[in-house]
Amino acid sequence: MDFLFSLIDFALARQVQVLEGLAQHTGYVVTVLVSAGLFAILTGVVTRRSQLAKELALSIASVFLTIPSLALFVVFIPLVGLGFAPSFIALFLYSLLPILRNTITGLDGIDPGVLESAKGMGFSPVQVLLKVELPLAWPIILAGIRVSSMLVVGIAAIATLVAGGGLGDFIKSGLARLPLPNSLESIWLGTLLCLVLALVIDLILQALRVATISKGIR
Amino acid sequence: MSETLIRLENVSKTYGSGAEPAVRNLTLEVQKGEVLVLVGPSGCGKSTTLRLINRLIEPTSGRIYLDGEDVTDGDPSELRRKIGYVIQQVGLFPHRTIAENIATVPKLLGWDKAKIEARIDEMLELVSMDPETYRDRYPKELSGGQAQRIGVARALAADPDVLLMDEPFGAIDPITRDRLQNEFLRLQQELKKTIVFVTHDIDEAIKMGNRIAILREGSEIAQLDTPEAILAHPADEFVESFLGSGAILKGLTLKKVRDIELHQVPTLSSPVMREQALETLRASDDQVALFLDANDKPTRWIDERALNRTSQPIEKSGRPVTVDLQPEDTLQDALTVMLQSSVGMAVVTDRKGKYLGCCTIESLAKLIMSDG
Repeated sequence: MDFLFSLIDFALARQVQVLEGLAQHTGYVVTVLVSAGLFAILTGVVTRRSQLAKELALSIASVFLTIPSLALFVVFIPLVGLGFAPSFIALFLYSLLPILRNTITGLDGIDPGVLESAKGMGFSPVQVLLKVELPLAWPIILAGIRVSSMLVVGIAAIATLVAGGGLGDFIKSGLARLPLPNSLESIWLGTLLCLVLALVIDLILQALRVATISKGIR
Repeated sequence: MSETLIRLENVSKTYGSGAEPAVRNLTLEVQKGEVLVLVGPSGCGKSTTLRLINRLIEPTSGRIYLDGEDVTDGDPSELRRKIGYVIQQVGLFPHRTIAENIATVPKLLGWDKAKIEARIDEMLELVSMDPETYRDRYPKELSGGQAQRIGVARALAADPDVLLMDEPFGAIDPITRDRLQNEFLRLQQELKKTIVFVTHDIDEAIKMGNRIAILREGSEIAQLDTPEAILAHPADEFVESFLGSGAILKGLTLKKVRDIELHQVPTLSSPVMREQALETLRASDDQVALFLDANDKPTRWIDERALNRTSQPIEKSGRPVTVDLQPEDTLQDALTVMLQSSVGMAVVTDRKGKYLGCCTIESLAKLIMSDG
């Protein structure tokens, strides 16, 4: 109980840092999901007709996920320096696989009869993609985006190690000062805020799901 | 006179180099307003041939003409918007409502909103589905038969002259299929579209086609003629074996009861004088007489034994007439009724149930013989 009060005191005394950390963390999530989402969907679309291209793209995306996260944040420092850039690149690469995998699964799973009739009625190839293929694959793509969003919220905490800011700042500074006063509070604050952020983002994506998926395929 | 609407000229389709062509040098004409059925064993290239017409498959060589215009080159999407297309898997868009599905081609063609809305209702009514109920439903809420009705409505929405149908009723249960086929024939009588219909089912071909093209491998035409002519004079062994042993029986579906000469059996009506009735019966070649009620409706078969059994009134003796035929029923129906009947005859009545005569095995046999 005492710890809870001291955690609240700790947070209230650092409102500016809390807001800053949240803003940076959310910034990572939004920029990474939008860019990686677009890139992965585009890759899925471009490779959809070729089994080989699909496998290749998936293999490459899998490799990124197997690299230890700590290393992935650090390896780009010589190229882009410290701060936002190396963190963004690492998170971008991490979040590709779930979205790409689901884009490919979603596009593969479309009933061939639906595509045949779309073509047969005179949809152009671009119209087939935009009006039939993507809307039908969208529920699965969105599920992939959700998985990636959770991944990014968690791993973005490492950005602090390359001076990228975010909620990881609280965790890092707490770890560095352990077992000094307020060090545990700092670690807990960072962790709890990540959790809350993850929940809020999940709610937003859930709302997006209801808003963007036709009742006919929900 | 008939007018050619679709013409395939020396069309070939080869997949890969050196492979056997799926379609080899095919020339085929489809007349305006007819239902031409392409039928053949699986792998004969009938679906490929159909898909060449709307260029879902591009020919390796040859030309395709639609209404006199060479459509082999040019934008295939634009061509397809002018041609209705119905497939076995139906392929309704699951994320769109029934109304949106039907509106697909009109939207592509840029019709204005009010015209599209009116057309949706018209199409739903055309395929006997209530617009109020179904407009805003999604395909997943439909049965297989309903889905294919919507498939047909969607294909007809922009009022194309040509309709291509690839085994449209192939995945539907036999009872619903029969109903859809009949509805479709009724629709076609009204609409007079030019239809190319692919099936592997020779019975469906005979039922639906004005003309049938029986195809063998490489989409080579083994015989192209009316169903009657093909059944009566199969061109070669391949056609004969494809028709199967029941060709004569199949031919019966094409003829109506009104085509055969009806046989008159003695009739009795109330009040019946037993003595007189027995005399009539003995004088005729038939073993039985028909008892007609006050409206001339046949109700019972009366034979000599029934007449002799005086314990029962005549109207209650003998065997009841359970099924009767009408002149527009097919001879296949007639045969079924005859085989089930206790006296080997089928009673024919007019629409109101008034007695016209009887159908006998002999008269049926005579008709089949005369076709030779």
